[in-house]
Amino acid sequence: MIELQHLTKRYGDQAVVDDVSLSVAEGELLAVLGGSGSGKTTTLKMINRLIEPSGGRVRVNGADVGGLPPHELRRQIGYAFQQVGLFPHMSVAGNVAVTPTLLGWREADIRRRVDELLELVELDPAAVRDRRPDQLSGGQQQRVGVARALAAKPRVMLLDEPFGALDPLTRQRLQESFVRIRRRLGVTAVFVTHDMVEALVLGDRIAVMRDGRLVQVGAPAALMRSPADDYVRQLVDTPCRDARVVDALLAAGDPGS
Amino acid sequence: MSEQLALLPEYLTAHLQLTLLALLCSTAVSLPTGVAVTRVAWLERPVLGAAAVIQTVPSLALLAVMVPLLAGLGVQSIGFLPAFIGLTLYGVLPILRNTVTGIAGVDPALTEAARAVGMTPWQQLRRVELPLAMPVIVAGLRTATVWTVGVATLSTPVGATSLGNYIFSGLQTRNYTSVLVGCAAAAGLALVLDGLVRGLAADGRGGRKRQAAAAAAVAALYLYAGLTLAAALAPRGERPVAIGAKTFTEQYILAHLIGGLIEEETGRETTQLQSLGSMVVFDALAAGDVDVYVDYSGTLWANELGRDTAGADRATVLSGVADHLRDNYGIVVAATLGFENAYAVAMRADDAAARGLTRLSELTPVAPQLSMGGDYEFFSRPEWTAIRDAYGLQLRERRPMDPALMYQAAAEGAVDLISAFTTDGRITAYNLTLLEDDRGAIPPYDAMVLVSARLAREAPDVFAALGRLDGAIDARAMRGMNLAVDERGADPAEVAADFLRLLP
Repeated sequence: MIELQHLTKRYGDQAVVDDVSLSVAEGELLAVLGGSGSGKTTTLKMINRLIEPSGGRVRVNGADVGGLPPHELRRQIGYAFQQVGLFPHMSVAGNVAVTPTLLGWREADIRRRVDELLELVELDPAAVRDRRPDQLSGGQQQRVGVARALAAKPRVMLLDEPFGALDPLTRQRLQESFVRIRRRLGVTAVFVTHDMVEALVLGDRIAVMRDGRLVQVGAPAALMRSPADDYVRQLVDTPCRDARVVDALLAAGDPGS
Repeated sequence: MSEQLALLPEYLTAHLQLTLLALLCSTAVSLPTGVAVTRVAWLERPVLGAAAVIQTVPSLALLAVMVPLLAGLGVQSIGFLPAFIGLTLYGVLPILRNTVTGIAGVDPALTEAARAVGMTPWQQLRRVELPLAMPVIVAGLRTATVWTVGVATLSTPVGATSLGNYIFSGLQTRNYTSVLVGCAAAAGLALVLDGLVRGLAADGRGGRKRQAAAAAAVAALYLYAGLTLAAALAPRGERPVAIGAKTFTEQYILAHLIGGLIEEETGRETTQLQSLGSMVVFDALAAGDVDVYVDYSGTLWANELGRDTAGADRATVLSGVADHLRDNYGIVVAATLGFENAYAVAMRADDAAARGLTRLSELTPVAPQLSMGGDYEFFSRPEWTAIRDAYGLQLRERRPMDPALMYQAAAEGAVDLISAFTTDGRITAYNLTLLEDDRGAIPPYDAMVLVSARLAREAPDVFAALGRLDGAIDARAMRGMNLAVDERGADPAEVAADFLRLLP
């Protein structure tokens, strides 16, 4: 469904994405995992041409993304990111409706679609439809962000740490919602994160990036079982290491055990 | 007061026409330019730099410089056009800068979102960036509005009627009621327009209603300004005879006098273009935008012919100037009024007596202890150079000031010497004495009624009527009329009418 071939992005002499080749199957969610400066966000943004590559190519559904005007390409691809980017001068409904409006859908269809989507992301349409984004909590805003990304029924979705700025409990609830939504819609997705747990929970496969290069791609279990190098080993080990730290703290704080 | 208020509809309408049209054009220029600057990074420095440079030009100069520029292009160089263009330029910077700042201040996350949801660059601008930048752009528009209303009062010296007519003529004739009416009307207009712009951008509770009301008011104002302007600019059978006046009392009186005479003798309509700069009015006459005005032989001898001012006698200067004007511009001298309004150096009579000064040549040794006031142009005029060189004057200080205030400044001792005009009644009123030009450095300044080539050709009746003024006003009569306005607060139009009644 999505194919990256020798994808490269250079700024001057510096290659921030260096010869990355990947493919994502129809209905699959690929989690792209890496630290800051690993090139994961740049890679993602080259898929919907928010950033133009210096080399290589991207195919979505078999067609080169360079073959369409960027705005037409992006109307077919959902996009959600950490800053959410809801338009503050529009209502919640206006935000969700933005891509269908650009596509010239009929007014009634748009209204129906907005309510359907707000329900899908577990918001009460009657309560939030006419609100301004700044009247919503952070979690609610990101739910609207996801609804906006899905509005024009895209078959492909790109997500750039969409839940990264939320508190842990809200993040978990949104992750669970997202898993449900994706299962229902069957969209193909690329999900950028620096959080190993998130990658494990959401990803059908995980691609690990470091310094602009693709280090390893595989199912979560495969990565855990046979990490390609020390970096990947450390990365996949983080959740267990965190758990051990917590256990040790608990043991020290409880002299009875 | 009531005769001032009677002028308000005319001045206010003209002011409104200038301001509204200039603001419309400023906005039409600045908004797209501002957007372009945010799209093409390298444009920012040169464009904002150029706008800032325009803004640093003093507003009076910006308007005045339009006159020779437009004359050079061969279009109407005096009146509405130069004022309108100057004001438009003046309003560009605040709108432009705020457009750039407003758009640049839009959260990058929002522009990224706009691109990601599939907006074209144009949709991104119209649906996201402009709405979000609007409060900042409106703030710039409000600044431009208030500035433009204020600066439009300076349109008077370039021949465009505005509320500045109250201020300029009031300052010259020391009619402070007139000055006050002009200032109050301009301030009121600025407040009203500012309120309307704020109303246009109103949001929040009741915003829609306020917006609609403001939009209706603005539309009505534009309609009014547009219609009145179209009526004013519409070609008419015959243009009224345009009479020019420079920025001092004598000129106002003479302009009314000439206007009255023409109307009485020929039945033609006349209009007055008052408070014009001394070069502006000459250029306007040469270009045919002004038909008649009074100038002084020595001024043109020095400025226009560039001749040495020393030792020239009255008849030579007069005929030299007349020949030059006719040969080069087709301008004709319709009458020589019969008095001279010469530059002269004046000082307090008691001070002159104490220092034993009666002649300019005696001034040379004491000059380094003295300060001198002169009208705005005096120290850059060739006459001053001639006086300075003929007598070797090395003054302690030179202070250009408003000619209306000069005499008082000398009387109060703020300056020791002034460049007086010999027909000014205040010389005697303030007990000043004139120092004799014993080396003949200052040329004669016969007052001449100049007529444009077009008028001389097309309106022989006007030309003939003006002939009645030949030799009709002597220095004493002129000084008396000046004094009546300057010291007794009489209206220049009435003083002129009184004189006309007695004209044989």
